[in-house]
Amino acid sequence: MTTALEVRSVSKNFGALAVTQNVHLSLERGARHALIGPNGAGKTTLINLMTGLLKPDQGSIILAGRDVTSFSQEARVKHGLARTFQINQLFKGLTVIENVALSISERRMHGHDFWSPAWTKSDVLDEAMALLEQLKLESDALVPMQQLPYGRQRLVEIAITLGQQPKVLLLDEPAAGVPSAESHIILDAVDALADDIAILIIEHDMDLVFRFAKSITVLVRGEVLVEGTPDEIAQNAEVKAVYLGEKVNG
Amino acid sequence: MTMSEVQPPSLPTNSPKVSPTQYMHDRVRWRLSEALPWIVAVGAFWVFPNYLVLGTQMIIMIIFALSLDLILGYAGIVSLGHAAYFGVGAYTTGILSAHFGWNEPLSGLLMGGMVAGVFGFASGWLLLRYHGLALIMLTLATSIMLYEFANVAEVWTGGFDGLLGITIDPIFGIFESDLWGKTYYWYSLFVLFLVFLAVRRIVYSAFGRGLVGIRENTKRMHAIGSPVHQRLVTIYVISTIIAGFAGALFAQSTAYVTLDVLSFSRSGTVVIVLILGGVGRLYGAFIGSIIYMIIEDELSRISPEFWEFGLGLVLVLVVMFFRRGLLGAAEDAMKRIRGASS
Repeated sequence: MTTALEVRSVSKNFGALAVTQNVHLSLERGARHALIGPNGAGKTTLINLMTGLLKPDQGSIILAGRDVTSFSQEARVKHGLARTFQINQLFKGLTVIENVALSISERRMHGHDFWSPAWTKSDVLDEAMALLEQLKLESDALVPMQQLPYGRQRLVEIAITLGQQPKVLLLDEPAAGVPSAESHIILDAVDALADDIAILIIEHDMDLVFRFAKSITVLVRGEVLVEGTPDEIAQNAEVKAVYLGEKVNG
Repeated sequence: MTMSEVQPPSLPTNSPKVSPTQYMHDRVRWRLSEALPWIVAVGAFWVFPNYLVLGTQMIIMIIFALSLDLILGYAGIVSLGHAAYFGVGAYTTGILSAHFGWNEPLSGLLMGGMVAGVFGFASGWLLLRYHGLALIMLTLATSIMLYEFANVAEVWTGGFDGLLGITIDPIFGIFESDLWGKTYYWYSLFVLFLVFLAVRRIVYSAFGRGLVGIRENTKRMHAIGSPVHQRLVTIYVISTIIAGFAGALFAQSTAYVTLDVLSFSRSGTVVIVLILGGVGRLYGAFIGSIIYMIIEDELSRISPEFWEFGLGLVLVLVVMFFRRGLLGAAEDAMKRIRGASS
């Protein structure tokens, strides 16, 4: 089994509006896949369908060979599917390392223990520290989250997600809100992730997309327009007309 | 720290010398200052021998406020109906004694807590699927319904006239109730100490950190696979058991239960107490209860009709100038003094 995540003919309507129409998408183990498309194409909706925040009207979500369509969001996380958010979802009142440690602690099911002091004897903190080092955040470990600059908060957003040791990682515009001069830091961090994690990235910055992705799906009005390698997508006339052209004109 | 270590002035003194493991240990470690409330409580027995009845009511209020702090301060569940569980605890202990002759205090106390916990589980399971304003209204509605139910169930509760005929055996079969309230002062203080030890452990546990996570960002907690509803119900049950203990102590110490134990005003009072003292900081419940009851006692002596105006004024000032409560303000002041001297 090499398919990490599969979206099988999934459709979703919000009232009369078809936000997702018969979408197929497959992520192999270790995939570096980008999902692009103009605003309102339904990219975030598709991620919400994958993670279980939304339930599809039709179709199914297959995670590592298992049909998880009826699974709750939490259950899917436990089966290796983790995500970041377009807008940071952090624990603002805690320190940086506590943000990451909390994620690790939940993965290890320590959250049920209401008697032992948190993370003093276990190696949760060591693992959290290793993750911070991986993302070059170690010097910020004890900084309160709300005092961290936005770009670094974006990295913590990723660190929290990595605390789940995901097999499939969904990154919803990881560089959103980060000055373009610094966005490479985010991408470098993502590039350095383990080879066996399947990564799906939503991103508007085409430079980042073409640098990162080995395959690209173009979504337009809830439908897959085309899927291919970065070269194929760059050459595709339809994509140029619908998406890239719009970008140049805009 | 030497002067040669240049630090940007705006950043807090997060010395990089402290390792995260050390930091987590330091959080949990007992500080010397934590002995203070207990020294005060024990000392008060000899210093204010004529105020032990008031002191006992303060202790009961602290236990009640601690129970609310667990859900409000740590898990972020705003409740305007927490008196429901105080009342269930009080009536359980009262009815066991008045109707069944179950007068043994410790088991009566335990029963009060357990029955309140059962109510907490039933209502929490349903209510905690809701958030924000809906949740506040549901907690309020629950307590109003319980109040009316207690009013109608006159045969059991005494209705509006109150539940009479509560007699409590000597504690441990030795310590009898006395007119000055000495026995119940020690008894309540002992219960408070045990409750506090438990609350402190819970707050500093991994479970407690998870609650703070839910308070800070529920969406993210779902996204890291945390069973949010289950966690909320768990802390709600623990909180309602403790509220039940407070109510049971109240019934035992006054040997009389009226509908007031279930009233909206009691639910409101405990929220005020916590905001006065400081929400989500353990000792806020202590400071808030003591300040509140001193204000009530002193002002109501000066003007029985008008004293709540004074309370309102204090609350306005605290909320406007000390957003983190009196304890938070005291901590800030201490930090400033230390910062100036180093």
